[in-house]
Amino acid sequence: MKSMDFIVVGVGGQGTLLASDVIAQVGLGAGLEAKKSEVHGMAQRGGSVISHVRWGEKVYSPLIGKGEADFLLAFEKLEALRHVDWLKPGGVALVNDQAIPPVAVSSGGAEYPSDERFLAAFRAVTDRLYLIPSLAVAQEVGSARVNNVVMLGALSALLDVDEAVWRAAIEERVPPKYVELNLRAFERGRGLVK
Amino acid sequence: MKKLLSGNEAIARGAWEYGVAVASAYPGTPSTEILEEFARYPNVYAEWATNEKVALDVAIGAAYAGRRAMSTMKHVGLNVAADAFFYASMTGIEGGLVIVSADDPAMHSSQNEQDNRNFGKFARVPVVEPVDSQEAKDLVGAALDISEQFDTPVLLRITTRIAHSSTPVELGERREGPPPLPTYPRKFEKYVMLPVNARKRHPVIEERIRKLTEFAETFPFNRIEWGDRDLGIVTCGVAYQYAKEIFPTASVLKLGMTYPIPPRMVREFVGGVKRAIVLEELDPFVENEIKLLGLWVEGKSIFSGIGEMDPRLVREQAIAAGLLPESARKTYVVPDVGSLPGRPPVLCPGCPHRGFYVITRKLKLPINGDIGCYTLGALPPLNSTDTCGCMGASIGVAHGADKAGSPERNIAVLGDSTFFHTGMPALLNVAYNKGKTITVVLDNRVTAMTGHQDNPGTGRTLQGQETKEIEFEPLLRALGMDHVHTVNAFDLREVERALREAVKRDEASALVVRGECALLPEARKKYVPLRVDEERCNGCGLCFRVGCPAIVKRPDGKASIDPLLCTGCEVCAQVCGRKAILFRAQVLEQSEG
Repeated sequence: MKSMDFIVVGVGGQGTLLASDVIAQVGLGAGLEAKKSEVHGMAQRGGSVISHVRWGEKVYSPLIGKGEADFLLAFEKLEALRHVDWLKPGGVALVNDQAIPPVAVSSGGAEYPSDERFLAAFRAVTDRLYLIPSLAVAQEVGSARVNNVVMLGALSALLDVDEAVWRAAIEERVPPKYVELNLRAFERGRGLVK
Repeated sequence: MKKLLSGNEAIARGAWEYGVAVASAYPGTPSTEILEEFARYPNVYAEWATNEKVALDVAIGAAYAGRRAMSTMKHVGLNVAADAFFYASMTGIEGGLVIVSADDPAMHSSQNEQDNRNFGKFARVPVVEPVDSQEAKDLVGAALDISEQFDTPVLLRITTRIAHSSTPVELGERREGPPPLPTYPRKFEKYVMLPVNARKRHPVIEERIRKLTEFAETFPFNRIEWGDRDLGIVTCGVAYQYAKEIFPTASVLKLGMTYPIPPRMVREFVGGVKRAIVLEELDPFVENEIKLLGLWVEGKSIFSGIGEMDPRLVREQAIAAGLLPESARKTYVVPDVGSLPGRPPVLCPGCPHRGFYVITRKLKLPINGDIGCYTLGALPPLNSTDTCGCMGASIGVAHGADKAGSPERNIAVLGDSTFFHTGMPALLNVAYNKGKTITVVLDNRVTAMTGHQDNPGTGRTLQGQETKEIEFEPLLRALGMDHVHTVNAFDLREVERALREAVKRDEASALVVRGECALLPEARKKYVPLRVDEERCNGCGLCFRVGCPAIVKRPDGKASIDPLLCTGCEVCAQVCGRKAILFRAQVLEQSEG
């Protein structure tokens, strides 16, 4: 594996930033250079969040160009759709099968895009779309909040990096008392994708 | 061992490693985390100042006293601190002084995208710019050395993409900076900027820039990376990364100091390549400096000066200018997704500002807003802010409208921290000049938008010490307000009554609308998610118009409440005409029963 580019998207508060921290850390752990870029500030206010993570022997730009990401990791379906054009043709999309309607939708002023529209858009870019029931799995594991780590588990199954590197990165990035819960979430997620 | 650090974390680390003893700042995206991180290191003093001008004065005082000092701010913060920035340039310092300006190309969270390198040239202050987190850390040390060697403040200019990108950094140990001078410097000609002294200082600082120009020739963060001589790229900051990525074989002149630039090095480089271009974000700053040397380069004629760069944009603009062949274009698929509902930042569920705007919308009051979470009251469905310019502008603007004879009663609305920042002098002005402005302080007990920083109203300092908690009511009275009222932000009837009274009164008044931020740990403990009584709800839609993410329209048109999001603030319950949304007490009663 020489280089790998990840776009991570979600809604503020879903743990997008933690997930991208872990992915960047895994890149370092795998002996590569890693860079990560995101924008803070509004993330806590329920807005749309995007984070870029890049791995490589040498990484220059902290940003990925549109249409150049190897992976799109999306924690919410509308955000996945909004960012589908970041994925390179034939790239891998891992999408949490969860809808969080924005206020414009929940208040009845706009419609949440249908599954047909969602699938058609992704099919135009790639046939490698994984819909992950990560929220349900996270709740089974013990908390909706580890939804993001279930997704990381699923992602890890598609990458050629030792599982121990992922576990170490998670241990480093989450508070000690939640490590066990997060590792269980990771394990379950890893089993969801073959 | 290398560690992934954001540019902000790296600057904090650098400040610690290179012996900064005192740092003062006002929070502002994308700069906030620098001081938050720095404050956690041992043997340092760090504070949140009331505004950037105060912060910079504090850092200057510490540097006068002989310590290494730092002040950090977002780009527009340097507008507030500009007066201090200019006199510090004139006086110079004793201990090293670095000022960090975090510019925000693309305006991720700002009202403009000014390029603060211009401030460096404006005030004759050298400007250094890192290309990644490692350089961000290293340049803090270099800036402090330059500061002491040349008796000048140094501007460390970063952008959002440097501040919030994490790249590997080699960590070092703390090197203590100089101790405080045994006596405070008594150098009348240097530190007292009376005209008689200032006239003598001006030639000194012009000469300083000439010396720095010479120094820049051997400054190790300026370097030429020779490659293919057909194309030469002069670049700095994060744009260096795009240059290396998009033009891997080109020659590159990387400038770690962008003011002043090194003339001989630039001449050698521009003369050594067939086509010389400048790749820099925002203003053609380096481009113009090079042109002032009488050299021809291209820059903004190729790469836009608006917004942020990214690799695709740089590649496409380079292809359009013939710098890269058409074959370099990377095609990608842009599927037709139709129009998607946006997801702008919104007032959180349980936000204490929401109810206030529900009432001002109802009363159709003209609102002069300010900078903070509450600016989001301008967005649909609340649509209840009519002007918003910069920190502290609300009160002065409302007063101006009043004095212009605007027939409506203009309201000024600002948050607790913003009031301390620049609201206070403006309110005093209203009182002094017999204005009638109604000033509303939305006191949510924290500096919220930048991520929950303490301020003079919270009773706690940046380094976690308890301190006096400044009360608004006596402060507002002291600033000349004869009518000061405090209402509960979550009690809509109370808010409405107070506003109606204020509007009726033909005098200035101040209203404190108090309710703690729903994201504060104390507030979180009190969440009681509300419920909708399906029988009573007739789907009228009134509750949707409070714009709360927790209220969801069901397929049958009726409302439901997301129990994972709802805090139980009861704003929607008070708006509901059919009493279909149960209040906290009702919910608790039912769950007990």
